[in-house]
Amino acid sequence: MRRFAQLFEALDRTASTSAKRDAMAAYFAVAPAEDAAWAVYVLGGGKLRRTASSTELRTALADETGYADWLIDDSYQHVGDLAETIALMLPAIDDEGEDTPLHVWMEARLPSIGKLEPGERIALLREWWRSTPREQIFLVNKLLTGSLRVGVSQRLVVQALAQWSNLATDLIAHRLSGTWKPGAEAFRALAGPERDDEHAGERPYPFFLASPLEQGVENLGDIHQWLAEWKWDGIRAQLMRRADGALIWSRGEERMDGRFPELEQAAADLPDGCVIDGEILAWLPDEAHPLLFAALQKRIGKLKPGPKLLADTPVRLMAYDLLELGGKDLREHPLAERRALLTSLLEGRGPTLTVSPAVSAPDWASLAEVRAESRERRTEGLMLKRTDSPYRVGRKRGDWWKWKVDPYTVDAVLLYAQPGHGRRSGLFTDYTFGVWDGETLVPVAKAYSGLDDSEIGKLDRWIRAHTIDRFGPVRSVEPTHVFELAFEAIQASGRHKAGVAVRFPRILRWRTDLAIRDADKLDDLRRLASG
Amino acid sequence: MDSDLLLPRPEGLYCPAGDFYIDPMQPVPRAVVTHAHGDHARSGSGLYHVARAGGGLMRERLGAASDIREFAYGERFTLGETVLSLHPSGHVLGAAQIRIEGRGLVAVVSGDYKRDPDPTCVPFEPVPCDIFVTESTFGLPIYRWPPMSGVVEEILVWLDECAARGVPAVLFSYALGKAQRILAELATRTDRTVHLHGAMVRLVEAYREAGVHMLPTVPVSDSAKGRDFAGELVMAPPSAAGSPWMKRFSKASTGFASGWMQVRGARRRRGYDRGFIVSDHADWSGLIRSVDDCGAKRIYVTHGDGEALIRHLRETGHDARPLRSLGGAMPDERSSEEGD
Repeated sequence: MRRFAQLFEALDRTASTSAKRDAMAAYFAVAPAEDAAWAVYVLGGGKLRRTASSTELRTALADETGYADWLIDDSYQHVGDLAETIALMLPAIDDEGEDTPLHVWMEARLPSIGKLEPGERIALLREWWRSTPREQIFLVNKLLTGSLRVGVSQRLVVQALAQWSNLATDLIAHRLSGTWKPGAEAFRALAGPERDDEHAGERPYPFFLASPLEQGVENLGDIHQWLAEWKWDGIRAQLMRRADGALIWSRGEERMDGRFPELEQAAADLPDGCVIDGEILAWLPDEAHPLLFAALQKRIGKLKPGPKLLADTPVRLMAYDLLELGGKDLREHPLAERRALLTSLLEGRGPTLTVSPAVSAPDWASLAEVRAESRERRTEGLMLKRTDSPYRVGRKRGDWWKWKVDPYTVDAVLLYAQPGHGRRSGLFTDYTFGVWDGETLVPVAKAYSGLDDSEIGKLDRWIRAHTIDRFGPVRSVEPTHVFELAFEAIQASGRHKAGVAVRFPRILRWRTDLAIRDADKLDDLRRLASG
Repeated sequence: MDSDLLLPRPEGLYCPAGDFYIDPMQPVPRAVVTHAHGDHARSGSGLYHVARAGGGLMRERLGAASDIREFAYGERFTLGETVLSLHPSGHVLGAAQIRIEGRGLVAVVSGDYKRDPDPTCVPFEPVPCDIFVTESTFGLPIYRWPPMSGVVEEILVWLDECAARGVPAVLFSYALGKAQRILAELATRTDRTVHLHGAMVRLVEAYREAGVHMLPTVPVSDSAKGRDFAGELVMAPPSAAGSPWMKRFSKASTGFASGWMQVRGARRRRGYDRGFIVSDHADWSGLIRSVDDCGAKRIYVTHGDGEALIRHLRETGHDARPLRSLGGAMPDERSSEEGD
């Protein structure tokens, strides 16, 4: 794994996307295919089934070093990453010995530990640590407990593979999506010449993603060259009709078969060889609007939903696009044509498969007025798609825009803080904010992002100097600072002390001009939740 | 009583029996100063007592007009009812531990110290005592310094990579101590000339005058405008990162030499291209070893919050306490990332 550890270090060291791509392409060119395959897998965010728990890792570390549990915990709080904490606390080894290749770790060693009794597992962990160099211990621990995060996206891995193989990125992306399994042959096949039947298999097409509209909408030109649709708040998915049934793929390229039987049933009536891109929404019959996302969440987690759940929370697919019909790849055809085919395909099939309606307006100003209805329609805003656009791969700017409604905002008081992880480890960056409920401040939101590095540093020093109490890693601070938070949605919640839950909260700005008395009231939030 | 020898006060750590302050933060009549870093050596006091090896640096920091008395390491002198002597702490050139004998007790205030070898200063000397005051800048077992030879090798490989790419290598480090240590270590492996940020020039000169052998250096300001510094090593204090001074080196690869670079999150957060683990403080094992070596009955811990070190020492049979438990009141000590 020495070569992969060197690649990891090179990736970790630089923030430059092109340097990362070059480093990966260079690695693919020289690494043995059986190792490179696993590098593709783990760098793209893939992980093994977790075979050792973090508790077991801590126990093994305590046994190996003799350090007290609290000292291991303190160190972990400081480092923010257990895999790294372990690598740093173990004594350096003198003799590195034979290098164990990445594929041996991934295919034999790591899976084997899961089959052992807990005691044996800890003994084996210690044995590995004693015979593995420090930088590889870090990787072994990471791979045991989760995924590697090194600022590399699946997309960047695809680009590096394309650079190495001299093939188009969308072909690589397609070959990698879905059920690709790491192996020497599979890796070599990534670079093979394109075949005619590449898209006819069980793999989804790479999703085309819209970018946020940052310019004025009027700059998009003639409104008649654009299709406007609601931006639904559900799960983006591809429904694939194949000879032996239907497949459902999420945008995260996970198979969701079995979770949505009503969609699979409806798809059975579709002709063989068609692929629909759409949004899965929880939607009661005869209702004008979908249920909130929280309702859909109950369905996502349920592999085989029972009759009651199916009746209470039925789903439907809002179809956006048709990628394949009669086994023919339509992605290069203009959107207007694909949509016409989609409309005739789904005509008269009932609400389970519905074409997402076009939102029409004579000009941009009128469209902006319609957009103002987004929230009451339970949508996040509008999607704007050029009617002559092909179905592209990934997040390509220009043809598809998401024109979201402005988020809700609230002024809230910082109540608790705890250290962050990764790049922010050792700094207090995970904040909990509260609003007034009568004379007390009640927590309503946690937020991690939105401040710049200098604000984070300043707040970190302030938190250290103004801690009232400690609960493990969490510190409560003197209520002093007010922040403006943005969030996408708010709903009543029995699980939260405040009785409301907000979605996607983030910090907009530090309101140094406000005193804590100026923060918002819980009643205001409750009103929003019921509205 | 310990507090007859050491008492935290707003001005700094005070010795009632000898009527002097150690590393005072405000002007006082009599000061004993451990070393020349700005957070320990502050100007304005009436009379300073320092180690002779660091005399030149102290005059640089405190001003030539200050009344500075210099003592050889181990030389005894009297203040009030106490007898003092200064002993090497291995932190930077002229850095001293302060041994205070009085009221039948011996206290050692170690200041900042390290146990790793450093060609620019006399190594740490364990001084037997009853009371030992230790720093705890890196007071967690995750901090364990790699051998300097390996780090020097990493720096040289980095310089070669920069040369191959035709870009300057800008290495940030503390201007006093760390920079000179790196220049001296590199001098054992190469003889290239290093370009210095203005804030480092006089301090490097002071080390040279003290007889420390380092790579040849020239101030960046001596170079003609438009020089590209491709493949050359430039050294600067961290405060120069992100300043207009860096415009000359827009394509540069940047590195940071600090003990904090041991942790990946800190490396990534600082935003330098490379982190090199070099510290002039003791790592975890260095702290533990020093406590054991001095044989003190009581340990006081300062710098950082020190909680982990204190608890660990207590669980391993030492009487360890935070320095502030002596009573009195000192202003908040340095925040966790200031020393490196």
